[in-house]
Amino acid sequence: MHIVVCIKQVPKTLDVRVDPVTHNLIREGIESTINMFDENALEEAFLLREKFGGKVSVISMGPPQVREALRKALAMGADEAYLLCDPSLGGADVLATAYTLAQGIKKLQPVDLILCGRHAVDADTGQVGPELAEQLGWQQVTMVKRLECDGSKITAWRECEEGTAVWELPFPAVVTVGKEINKPRYPTPIGIIRSGKKQITTWCADDLDADEDKIGLAGSPTRVIRMFSPERTSHVEMLTGENEEVARQLVAKLREHKIQL
Amino acid sequence: MHDIWVVAELAGGGLAPVSLQLLGKARQLADQSGGRVIVFVMGHEIVPLGQELIKYGADEVIIGDHPELAFYRTLPYARVMTHILQERRPNIVLLGATSQGRDLAPRVAARLQTGLTADCLDLSINEEGLLVQTKPSYGDNVMVDIVIPEHRPQMATVRPNVFPLPERIEDRKGKITSVTVNLEPDDLKTVVKEIIDEKHEASRLEEADVVVCGGRGMGSKENFEQLYVLADALGGAVGATRPAVDENWIDDSYQIGQSGKMVAPKLFIACGVSGAVQFTVGMEKSKIVVAINKDASAPIFNFATYGIVGDVREIIPAILQEITTA
Ligand SMILES: Cc1cc2nc3c(=O)[nH]c(=O)nc-3n(C[C@H](O)[C@H](O)[C@H](O)COP(=O)(O)OP(=O)(O)OC[C@H]3O[C@@H](n4cnc5c(N)ncnc54)[C@H](O)[C@@H]3O)c2cc1C
Ligand SMILES: Nc1ncnc2c1ncn2[C@@H]1O[C@H](COP(=O)(O)O)[C@@H](O)[C@H]1O
Repeated sequence: MHIVVCIKQVPKTLDVRVDPVTHNLIREGIESTINMFDENALEEAFLLREKFGGKVSVISMGPPQVREALRKALAMGADEAYLLCDPSLGGADVLATAYTLAQGIKKLQPVDLILCGRHAVDADTGQVGPELAEQLGWQQVTMVKRLECDGSKITAWRECEEGTAVWELPFPAVVTVGKEINKPRYPTPIGIIRSGKKQITTWCADDLDADEDKIGLAGSPTRVIRMFSPERTSHVEMLTGENEEVARQLVAKLREHKIQL
Repeated sequence: MHDIWVVAELAGGGLAPVSLQLLGKARQLADQSGGRVIVFVMGHEIVPLGQELIKYGADEVIIGDHPELAFYRTLPYARVMTHILQERRPNIVLLGATSQGRDLAPRVAARLQTGLTADCLDLSINEEGLLVQTKPSYGDNVMVDIVIPEHRPQMATVRPNVFPLPERIEDRKGKITSVTVNLEPDDLKTVVKEIIDEKHEASRLEEADVVVCGGRGMGSKENFEQLYVLADALGGAVGATRPAVDENWIDDSYQIGQSGKMVAPKLFIACGVSGAVQFTVGMEKSKIVVAINKDASAPIFNFATYGIVGDVREIIPAILQEITTA
C-alpha cells in the first residue's frame, strides 16, 4: 500500500499578535512544528504500513524551512519526503494549495490513500483535504476518529452532529484525521540516525507541470484584506470577601440573571 | 444574480439551529444589498420543511429530495448542490461550519473552482458589494477579513451560535421548488453503514444552558467530582480543559476548546482554569462567565462576567451550601 501524508508546518505557539502599525503578523522568534493532527495522520500511516506493508511518503508545500518538518517525519518513520517549493507557489489559498499538492501527488502515483490532518491549527480551515480529493476525483472522509482497512475497503468512524457516522469507502481515498485516532510516536534515536541518510526531494513549479494560473496568489480566489487582533475589553466584576460572602453574592447575581437554582 | 443562498442542514429530524441562524443573517444582508434569500436543502422526505424555512425568512426554498440523500455523504450531496449552483449562479453561498458543512463546502468549492472561507465569525457586505468574511486564525488570536473579489459564488462556512435565531413569522409567503436528483454510480461508492447516536452526555455539553468546567487547578479526581454536584444543582453539564482530560479526571469527549467542543451556554463556570486561548475559543461565546481561580492575574478573568479569586476547594462547597440553604 502506498500512503501519502500531507503535512503542514505551523508555528509552535499560536500566541501571535498583529503589529498595530504594519498589520503584519509578529512571528519573529516563533519556532515551527508539524501541525499536531498531521502527526496523527503520520502515525495512522505507519500503523497501516505495519499491517499491509508498502511505503509512506510525506509531502508538504511551503518555504525551504519546511525541510525541518519533513526531516522530523522521516525520523518518525516515513520512507520518502517531498517538498513543493517555489517562489511562485507563495500566497496560495486552499484552492491553489490543493491543486499544487494534487500535481505533486500525481507524480507519486500509484497512491492508494492520502492522509491529512483534520485542520491546520494556524489557518484553521480544514479544507485542503476535501479540495485535494476533488482535484484527484477520489472518495473522501473527514474528521475521522477511528479507521480500519482491509485490502479493498476503508471503514471510517467520523465525527458528526448526531454522534458518530460509520462510512465505508473504496480506495483510492483522502482521509482527514483528528487527535482521537491514535497517539503519535516520537522519533527514536535510531530513527533519527537512519533518516539522516534519506533524501528530501524538492520540486519547483516547473517540475509539477503546474498551470501558472492555478498556483500561488494567481490561483487563489480569496484575498485577505485586513488582519487585526480581536479587542478584548474585560468587563469583569470581582466578587470579594470571605468565601461564604462571595458565594452569597454570586448566587444573588445568578438569581438576577434568572438562572434556575 | 444577487441572491444569497443558505445550504440548510438537518438535525434530529428538523432543521439544524445553525441553518436558521444563517437564514436570519442572510435575510439581513439581502435586505441591505437588494437580493433574494434562497435556502437549498437536501435529504429524504423533507418537503414539509419548506414552509418552515419560509416562515424563518426564505424567499424561495429549493428541495433536493431523494432516498440516496437520506444520510449525509459527500459525493451525492456535492453532485446535487453543484448542479443547482451552476444553474442558478448565486452571488453568495453560506453553510454551517458543522461536520457536514465543513466536509461538503470545500468539495463543492473546488468543483466550482471558487473561494471558500472556513469557520467565519461574522459576515458583512462592503462598499464594493463584496461579502466580507471575518474568520479567526491562530486559535482566535488573530482575526482576518477575507473577500473573494472575482470568483462566484462567494462561499463561506459559519460557526454555529454566532448569529441569533431569526423571528418566525407565521404568514410569510415564499416559493418552494424541487430539483430532480441525478446521481452517478461513482457518487454512491461511499456508503453510510451506521450512525451511532452518541447523543449521550458529551454532546449534551454543547446544548446545556449551564456548563461547569474544571481545569488543572481542581487538583485531583476527587475534587473534580465536586463539579458534578455543582452542575446537578444548576441543571448543567460538566466540561474540562485539556490538562484535566490528560489527568484522566474526565473522558476526552468533554474537552472544551480548539481541539475539543465549542460551547455557548447561558452560564459558564470556569474552576481552576487559566484561560489559554486554545481553551477560551471554545467558551468565549457564553453569556455569563464566572471564573474561580486563586491567581488574580489569570487571563480567564478577562473573559469573565464575575470573578472570584480563591481556592476552588473552598469556594465550590461554599456556593453549594448557599444554593441549598438559600
Ligand atoms: C494546538 C493546541 C491545542 C490545544 N487545544 C486545547 C483545547 O482544546 N482545550 C484546552 O483546554 N486546552 C487546549 N490546549 C492547551 C492550552 O494551551 C492550555 O495548556 C490549557 O487550556 C490549560 O488548562 P488549565 O487552565 O486547566 O491548566 P493551567 O494552565 O495549568 O491552569 C490551571 C489554573 O488553575 C489555577 N489553580 C490552581 N490551583 C487552584 C486552586 N486550588 N483553586 C483555584 N485555582 C487554582 C491556577 O492559578 C491556574 O490558573 C491546546 C494547546 C495547543 C498547543
Ligand atoms: N502547505 C501544505 N502542505 C502539505 N499539506 C498541507 C498544506 N496545507 C494543508 N495541508 C494538509 O491539509 C490539512 C488541513 O489543512 P487546512 O485546510 O489548511 O486546515 C493539514 O492538516 C495538512 O494535512
